[in-house]
Amino acid sequence: MTNSEKNRLKDKAFQVFGVFCTFIGLVVLAIFLIDIVIEGVARIDWDFLTSLPSRRAARAGILTAWAGTLWILVLSAIIAFPLGIAAGIYLEEYAKKTKLSNFLEINIANLAGVPSIIYGLLGLELFVRIMNLGGILLAGALTLSLLILPIVIVTTREAIKAVPRTIRDGSFALGASKWQTVWHQVLPASFGGILTGVILALSRAVGEAAPLIVIGALAYVPFVPRSPMDEFTVLPIQIFNWTSRPQAAFLTNAAAAIIILLLITFLLNGIAVYLRHRQQKKIKW
Amino acid sequence: MTKKYSKLEAINLDAYYGDFHALKGINIAMEEKAVTAFIGPSGCGKSTFLRTFNRMNDYIDGFRIEGQILLDGRDIYEKDIRVDELRKEVGMVFQKPNPFPKSIYENVVYGLKIQGIKDKKILQEACETSLQQAAIWDEVKDKLDKSALALSGGQQQRLCIARALAIQPSVILMDEPASALDPISSAKIEELIYDLKKDYTIVIVTHNMQQAGRVSDHTAFFYMGELVEYAKTKTMFTSPKDTRTQNYITGRFG
Ligand SMILES: Nc1ncnc2c1ncn2[C@@H]1O[C@H](COP(=O)(O)OP(=O)(O)OP(=O)(O)O)[C@@H](O)[C@H]1O
Ligand SMILES: [Mg+2]
Repeated sequence: MTNSEKNRLKDKAFQVFGVFCTFIGLVVLAIFLIDIVIEGVARIDWDFLTSLPSRRAARAGILTAWAGTLWILVLSAIIAFPLGIAAGIYLEEYAKKTKLSNFLEINIANLAGVPSIIYGLLGLELFVRIMNLGGILLAGALTLSLLILPIVIVTTREAIKAVPRTIRDGSFALGASKWQTVWHQVLPASFGGILTGVILALSRAVGEAAPLIVIGALAYVPFVPRSPMDEFTVLPIQIFNWTSRPQAAFLTNAAAAIIILLLITFLLNGIAVYLRHRQQKKIKW
Repeated sequence: MTKKYSKLEAINLDAYYGDFHALKGINIAMEEKAVTAFIGPSGCGKSTFLRTFNRMNDYIDGFRIEGQILLDGRDIYEKDIRVDELRKEVGMVFQKPNPFPKSIYENVVYGLKIQGIKDKKILQEACETSLQQAAIWDEVKDKLDKSALALSGGQQQRLCIARALAIQPSVILMDEPASALDPISSAKIEELIYDLKKDYTIVIVTHNMQQAGRVSDHTAFFYMGELVEYAKTKTMFTSPKDTRTQNYITGRFG
């Protein structure tokens, strides 16, 4: 066998292997999804979505859970969005390349990989105890904001970096200040990318149970939260709670709630994909 | 009215990128309402020098100059000079057309808007005048609200010139403005430069000797960060004094 024949064979072998690996991932996911759907889809109806939790599986609903999830989503977005974007702009456009900014950069990247339960402990100490908020929505949203902040910062920077140097030069050459250039050129051109990043970060936050359990979110909340100062639960906690019950009927409830949670996640991801696509179509450098 | 012979001046100018000595002891005075061409081999410092006149090098870490740059006799690197005011006076056009990803109209009025001018009528008038001056009005007048990115490269470059004209500078710096364009678009830019010098002082960097010969009144030849020769374009192209100039010019003509 010649060398080039050998190489071609290796190429082929790797291709087969790659397809196989991709397949495993997809098959496992598909089995999981099918299993959940079979188990839970029949349970989903209007009552299930609009009922309060109950000790009897057949009467229990997820109203408080999805309302809590929605609250958390919106509050976290409101908190993390401006903070993350401001930090991203500062690091990318203003910070001088010093040892300190290097240090900050590396640590922000590292923070994105810290396990979520650690953020829960931080939130517990900082918001629940020191700020004395208790296990309320606001504390939960602040905690999850910390969790997604690094992701928002990193994606903001990536999006800002993608705006070509020549656009900034063009703006400066017309007499614009740094701030005017950021505000009128860099931000509009990178906004789609930033928004995509924020939404993907939020879709991660939506699935978190651990940090919220740590700060004291309740498993049983018999009312819909009306303000950020109310106690709350979220879908993942409700699911966790139901799966730990022995009765089969609660497992069905859990499967149904998982479907709703997945729908929310897919919806968020869908929006992100759409925004990215639109941005790419609108702006070709 | 007599023309100033020293609209723009450099006096004992040295420029450094960190330790690298990019411009060495340059002295030059450029005539008002005329075209001065900078020529020289790649890396000799033409762009660096051009960018000192609107202080675009200020953003580069480690860049510094010694000596003076005078605009109408005033040192533009003095402490009380505001860079945004300077750039209203000294416009710039880049090598690659760089329209903003906005409408044609928004591109042209951007410089005015950031000065705080909001009056629609003023903006619209400035838009039309500038586009006409840049010889692109007829091509775009029906699609001012369309994206500037949809224009051809040559049109984009003329739009960028219009954008620079809109804030009514007296000097326009052009760094190889036609090098990224096809021959026809390039010829249009040359024609435009010829028209504009009635009202503006133009400094142009070019690698194209024929272009320098056609559009410029004076030519400055740079070599390794030094200004080797500066003369009337005709004189320089027919009887260069320095052998380096001669080699460069003839080498280019083939
Ligand atoms: N940002 C920078 N940092 C460090 N050195 C630089 C920087 N920009 C340019 N230089 C150096 O300064 C010298 C002059 O560069 P400049 O871009 O002014 O040359 P030029 O004559 O315009 O060349 P070209 O014809 O290729 O555009 C070059 O040796 C270049 O490597
Ligand atoms: Mg150059």
